[in-house]
Amino acid sequence: MNKPLPVAPEVLLPAPVRAPRAWRVPPLNALIGAFLLGLLLIMAALGLVWTPHDPLALNLLARLQAPTAAHWLGTDEYGRDVLSRLMIGAHTSLWVSVLTVSMAIVAGTFLGLLAGFLRGWVDRGLMMINDALLAFPGILLALGLMAIIGPSLYGIVFALSLAYTPSVVRVVRGTVLSLREKEFVEASRVIGNSELYTMLRHIAPNCVAPVCVLATSMFGWAILAESALSFLGLGVPPPAATWGNMLAASRPYIATASWLGLFPGVCIAMALLAFNLCGDALRDRLDPRMSK
Amino acid sequence: MFRFISQRLAMSIPTLLLISLMVFAIIRLVPGDPALLMLGDMADAHSLEVARASLGLDQPLPMQFLIWFKAVLSGDLGHSITTNEAVLPLILDRFQVSAGIVLVSVLLAALIAVPAGLLAAWKQDSALDFGVVSTATLLLSIPSFWLGLLLLYAFGIKLGWLPVVGYVSFGQAPWQALSFIVLPIVTLTLVELGAITRMARASAIEVLRLEYITHARAKGLSERAVLWRHALRNSFAPTLTLIGLILGNLLSGIAVLETVFTLPGIGRLMVDAIYARDYPVLQGCLLLVTFVYVLVNLLVDLLYPLFDPRVKL
Repeated sequence: MNKPLPVAPEVLLPAPVRAPRAWRVPPLNALIGAFLLGLLLIMAALGLVWTPHDPLALNLLARLQAPTAAHWLGTDEYGRDVLSRLMIGAHTSLWVSVLTVSMAIVAGTFLGLLAGFLRGWVDRGLMMINDALLAFPGILLALGLMAIIGPSLYGIVFALSLAYTPSVVRVVRGTVLSLREKEFVEASRVIGNSELYTMLRHIAPNCVAPVCVLATSMFGWAILAESALSFLGLGVPPPAATWGNMLAASRPYIATASWLGLFPGVCIAMALLAFNLCGDALRDRLDPRMSK
Repeated sequence: MFRFISQRLAMSIPTLLLISLMVFAIIRLVPGDPALLMLGDMADAHSLEVARASLGLDQPLPMQFLIWFKAVLSGDLGHSITTNEAVLPLILDRFQVSAGIVLVSVLLAALIAVPAGLLAAWKQDSALDFGVVSTATLLLSIPSFWLGLLLLYAFGIKLGWLPVVGYVSFGQAPWQALSFIVLPIVTLTLVELGAITRMARASAIEVLRLEYITHARAKGLSERAVLWRHALRNSFAPTLTLIGLILGNLLSGIAVLETVFTLPGIGRLMVDAIYARDYPVLQGCLLLVTFVYVLVNLLVDLLYPLFDPRVKL
């Protein structure tokens, strides 16, 4: 009879990995969120290659038309097709949020790991600046920066990613600090791995989950902030179509052409709902404390 | 107690300093010469020189910051470039409008949301819970400016109950003033309900699982007493933190709402200052709102131990 081989003590294993779970029916919020997100992505992707009408084509004879067979969602004050502009707007909003979130995550993860890795005065200095930035309300920081940069798409991306980076830094650094003294990290040091290797191989992967949860919220924040800034005329400048500036343009016609203000708002709300629901589902899955 | 407060106060001083530095830097980063902006393109070289000297622009940057900071400390935020009004009274005047609306709506939202969240947590996974959570998530996803436009359309235009454009201050005509701010308040209340309800529910769920709740039930307290006296108080602390953050965020994001309802608040002033390149006013607004934001969060930190005695004073 073979004796079972001695099992390596758990402390020597790399970062803990969850056992694969059997596939279950995803919860309702994940299903609805994914459905809405899918709808949005299709809308944006389709808008890249095909729109029912040219979103920038002016037709003053057909201005402010209620929804018809030719213009499903009506036309705006310059006779431009609302549906086509919404599709382009979906693309703009998603593009801004994808760029913003990726930049914030890359910069935030790098700085967070750096602060947690080097500690000492680098950590203290970084965290002092970070806390001051966090004490600055994000939308206000973006507003102040837009005043300097002037309205433009990449201006928003820059301003918003600067506003969101500090929260990523905080989350990543917090995770690093909570893991530094854990057994599996200690084990990695004991078997002679360098600090840098330990950091990248064992600690960094554990930051993925909390950063993912944060990122889902950030997508929603970015879409909301972009539409709010565009609504104020400080975001993506016209004639480019975004949901925010379409909503702003609809304001004078609220009494005569109310559908103009309806559809862009529905789109923003749909996008926010999609990211909120996906974020909830992700948080439930990754942080089991909240679910039963 | 006193030590906690003084420590916490001391901690916020570097933050406030850094914020001032950032606001100063933001304005100095603006391309162009502030003196030229003030006097216009037609100014001659000599008056430009005088203006630069009076603004302290001929000094090195650290010196400029010190001069500016000293003026700020003595309450002198400069004068508006466009109207030549003193900035401090102007922004304080506009700030009142925004602060009133924000405070009332956050208070209303908290009064509705905290009990709703607690009830949903108590009946976790029931139909009631599902209804509360879905409503809250839906409200959370509606942008305030869109909801404002919808309400304006419904009550201002379709029903004609409330005025669509305008503002008078409370001092002039209280009832009329109310008719102008009721929709902004309802809008903000609805929008904030979502976030606060979800937070209240989440922290109540955690608290309701603790042993002292079981203990309270075991010693025969009624469910009502358990919920309102024991669970509510302990689960309120994290919600309070969120309410503080919301207060600050609302103040900084209120420009959109004030644009929808044409209210003369601090947000609108800020956006107008950006358009007019009126940097002293913009600087004043940024400074005031961030200071209030920091102070609100400080206040929340100081109130926190009242609700969560585990946090020592």
